Amino acid sequence: MIDISVNNEPKCVEAEKPLAELLAEWGFECQRVAVAVNEDFVPRSSYGSVCLNAGDRIDVVAPVQGG
Amino acid sequence: MSDTWTLYGATFNSRLLIGSALYPSPQVMSDAIAASGAEIITVGLRRQSPEEAGGQSLWTHIQKLNKTLLPNTAGCHSVKEAVTLAQMSREMFETDWIKLEVIGDDYNLQPDPIATVEAAEKLTGLGFKVFPYCTDDLVICQRLRDVGCEVLMPWGSPIGTGRGLMNPYNLQTIRERIPDMPLIVDAGIGKPSHAVMALELGYDGILLNTAVAQANEPVRMAEAFRHALLAGRSACLAGAMPERQTASPSTPTLGMPFWHQS
Repeated sequence: MIDISVNNEPKCVEAEKPLAELLAEWGFECQRVAVAVNEDFVPRSSYGSVCLNAGDRIDVVAPVQGG
Repeated sequence: MSDTWTLYGATFNSRLLIGSALYPSPQVMSDAIAASGAEIITVGLRRQSPEEAGGQSLWTHIQKLNKTLLPNTAGCHSVKEAVTLAQMSREMFETDWIKLEVIGDDYNLQPDPIATVEAAEKLTGLGFKVFPYCTDDLVICQRLRDVGCEVLMPWGSPIGTGRGLMNPYNLQTIRERIPDMPLIVDAGIGKPSHAVMALELGYDGILLNTAVAQANEPVRMAEAFRHALLAGRSACLAGAMPERQTASPSTPTLGMPFWHQS
């Protein structure tokens, strides 16, 4: 297990699980979101192959109103 | 008479770009945007928890409007943040248009001109069509053009202040020195008269949000801006009279009764 943060909230996850599985566990499956890891964009096509490292900072964003 | 304009190859009738934030309700937002006549609306991305359903509600409203979307990088303070958020926006909104904002100072939300140029260069290299929010500095505008921006968006005054055009001279200088690029006044517009003034200066369009969203009656104010943009644009095309230092009567002086040679 490794410690990471998701949207600045601490989480403990299995290191070998790909991002796609983790997003589903966290409840983001089927939602319109975009993801960055350590401030680097992660394209949707990579969710199945990307695994996380201890200390990674994950950002999950969705559309909001904007000016 | 058709009077369209073109942004990165896409042609529009309305010269208003409008934000989707700060309205009293989603319904008022939809009604105000419809009343404004705007064809381009700005949107953003923010962290969401799963319970918030990933912005689905907003997304449904936005999609129903059937407008061209201009995602922003609002709140970014570095080149890295802005480039990453732009990439996330491109995937999310399925557009390579990006309103580039790199904030340099939190007090007046002034764009960081140096970081904005650097981010614009990176983004154009990545295939983005960049709409840079910038200060009214001629040389920064020229640098943004040089790195591949085909539209420039200097501020009128700081975001959300509603103070209008703080420095019409600077804005006019940019227009005169960069005559062939679409120029949009972004930020600081508070009243329709400010929008008229910008278009009279020769600006091609206006981007605003708070002026409509925070008006007492947003839908009515949106309509007022629609008229203002038409008025300002017509005035620009018509060509204003030159200002004069001294008075000059409108009614003929020849034949004036009661006049006697003294």
